Amino acid sequence: MMTAEQSTYAYLAAYPTIAASLPGSDLSWLQQFRNAGLKAFEAHGFPNLRDEEWRYTNLAVLNKTQFAPSDNQEVDAGWLETYRLENAWNVVLINGHFSAELSDLSNLPAEVSVQSFNAALRNNAEALQTRLGKAVADDEHSLVAFNSAWFGDGVVIEIAARHQMSKPLQILHVVTASDALAATRNLLVVHDSAEAQIIETYVGSADSYFSAAVNECFLQPNAELTLYKVQAETDKACHFGGSYVKQAQNSRFMHHNFAIGGLLARSEIHSDLDVASECRLNGLYLGGNRQHIDNHTRINHLKPQGISREFYKGVLDQRARGVFQARVIVAEDAQQTDSEMNNRNLLLSNDAEIDTKPQLEIYADDVKCSHGVTVGQLDEKSVFYLQSRGVDEASARNILTFAFANEMVDKVENSELKAVLLQQLLARFPAISL
Amino acid sequence: MLSIKNLHVSINDKPILKGLTLDINPGEVHAIMGPNGAGKSTLSHVLSGKAGYTVTEGSVTYQGKDLLELAPEIRAREGVFLAFQYPVEIPGVSNIYLLKAALNAMRKHHGQPEVDAMDFLTIVKSKVKLLQMDEKFLYRAVNEGFSGGEKKRNEILQAAVLEPKLCILDETDSGLDIDALRIVAEGVNSLRSPERSFLMITHYQRLLDYIEPDMVHVLAEGRIVKSGGPELALELEEKGYSWLEGKAA
Ligand SMILES: Nc1ncnc2c1ncn2[C@@H]1O[C@H](COP(=O)(O)OP(=O)(O)OP(=O)(O)O)[C@@H](O)[C@H]1O
Ligand SMILES: [Mg+2]
Repeated sequence: MMTAEQSTYAYLAAYPTIAASLPGSDLSWLQQFRNAGLKAFEAHGFPNLRDEEWRYTNLAVLNKTQFAPSDNQEVDAGWLETYRLENAWNVVLINGHFSAELSDLSNLPAEVSVQSFNAALRNNAEALQTRLGKAVADDEHSLVAFNSAWFGDGVVIEIAARHQMSKPLQILHVVTASDALAATRNLLVVHDSAEAQIIETYVGSADSYFSAAVNECFLQPNAELTLYKVQAETDKACHFGGSYVKQAQNSRFMHHNFAIGGLLARSEIHSDLDVASECRLNGLYLGGNRQHIDNHTRINHLKPQGISREFYKGVLDQRARGVFQARVIVAEDAQQTDSEMNNRNLLLSNDAEIDTKPQLEIYADDVKCSHGVTVGQLDEKSVFYLQSRGVDEASARNILTFAFANEMVDKVENSELKAVLLQQLLARFPAISL
Repeated sequence: MLSIKNLHVSINDKPILKGLTLDINPGEVHAIMGPNGAGKSTLSHVLSGKAGYTVTEGSVTYQGKDLLELAPEIRAREGVFLAFQYPVEIPGVSNIYLLKAALNAMRKHHGQPEVDAMDFLTIVKSKVKLLQMDEKFLYRAVNEGFSGGEKKRNEILQAAVLEPKLCILDETDSGLDIDALRIVAEGVNSLRSPERSFLMITHYQRLLDYIEPDMVHVLAEGRIVKSGGPELALELEEKGYSWLEGKAA
């Protein structure tokens, strides 16, 4: 196995050949942007356990395989359809590249603009230049920097002022090539008083691959964004997906995070809140086998009267490991902030593990903040109660686990997505049919 | 129906039941009374198969089978039902889901097809009516936020739907108001049949005014120290248990 240094060197050595094929190689501002990312990555390599924000997540697996971009666009269409939501517009990215053929944007209203990063560069590069790197910077950590240098495409979405989307837009991130690096940079702007619904679905048909997506989201005053993320990568895949949100005043950001796949998965949701804006983060992580699922959130109350609610639940079985690192920062100026954070974990095996670390950093004095964490096992009295009603023990445990997890699925407002998630949950914790 | 012979049970090496013998025939109603801590709930748990109890001696035969050999869910499917003294709350699992899962588990065990959805609703709603409950309870999570009395009534609702052969009621009357006691007792009486037996654990003679037992037993210090007809309950109400102390030997 390579050392981290050797691996970083190998990625850097491969970069010049890759760079020529990356979008924007003819634009100097983008070249500078990518070079800055490359430098930051060169200086640090992938994040490691010595980085405070990464102390529970070992990325050594990224150093084991040299993941490389793939322009392969092949996909089993029938298989792909099982993930496509019917009552939604769909953008499909195969191995990190927009597929016009597989995307369905028919009857998209003029107020909703959806294009690939490549197309956006051709059509309106200046608009991209003003946004790129503004919701998250390379110094956040070296995976963001890596993404800045390596991303090969992405989706750029803009919702016009006061427009309410009539149905959601699904972004299907699909990886089909072995050892592929699918690095995307996605930009989303929700203009004044508009309402957007976006569903991100991450799946793969290849064995081992690395999916790395960075979303930069901008919510203008009074805008509302409901963003769902379903991370159902294959069981040998590595996943990094971050959504970085800038919330202008009176905006509302609702996030529902379902982390159920991947061998190693790290999710980041960071939001900066301006005056009287609201941020609601819900999450469910289900880990089994040797999965490592890391959820990292940061809610940054910068201005007064912000509201934040965070509720994550985790179920960990076998030798799975979960990480929940959640920071709520209340700046000196952010008086009358109202914030609640909750994390509840169910460990189904003695070898499963959770590292949960809620952090409250409060610099204002007139605030209402609370947080709570629980880690527990199934209640044996409840298991026996169900058995005493004729339910076998395995089903009883599954029923109780399902009930625990289903609370998060229940919060999903989109009925089609909710039904899909419910099916996945039932398949994972099967019990007597209804 | 049920034959308990010289049953000795320990919890963590501490003997709780010390040679309990009891026979219940089909259709009979037996009441068990006795002081706090005597081992009444222990008996009900051992009969329904709860873990943590060690049977050190004796036997329990139910319908010709060695009951103690059966997994808890098999006992339930074979018709043993325990209405718990302290029913647990199960957030996220609705009453109606549990009733259906339980009923289908029984039916499958007996080689019957799953219950038809419409038939199921008809059955359940008729039982809800019998126990004068609000149908809304069906869609609430099992016992979650139920009052003490509502929990007890909910246990009897389950019994009414599942139609067990041996129904063990552990202090179902405790916590019920006067009207609820009458309603629940009527529900129990409606379940009485020549094939169905009851083992009722209670502290109060009042319940026995509504549900007349065939036999009354006193369980003290881990065994039955006295048995008699319904009049024994009246005598206990008057004299308490102290006059029976030492009779066990
Ligand atoms: N886990 C345990 N460890 C030790 N002792 C226990 C345990 N569970 C029960 N006991 C003891 O067993 C004895 C019998 O308890 P049980 O609950 O059967 O009494 P009971 O007759 O039902 O009383 P009550 O009328 O108060 O309901 C009590 O002394 C109780 O403290
Ligand atoms: Mg008791």
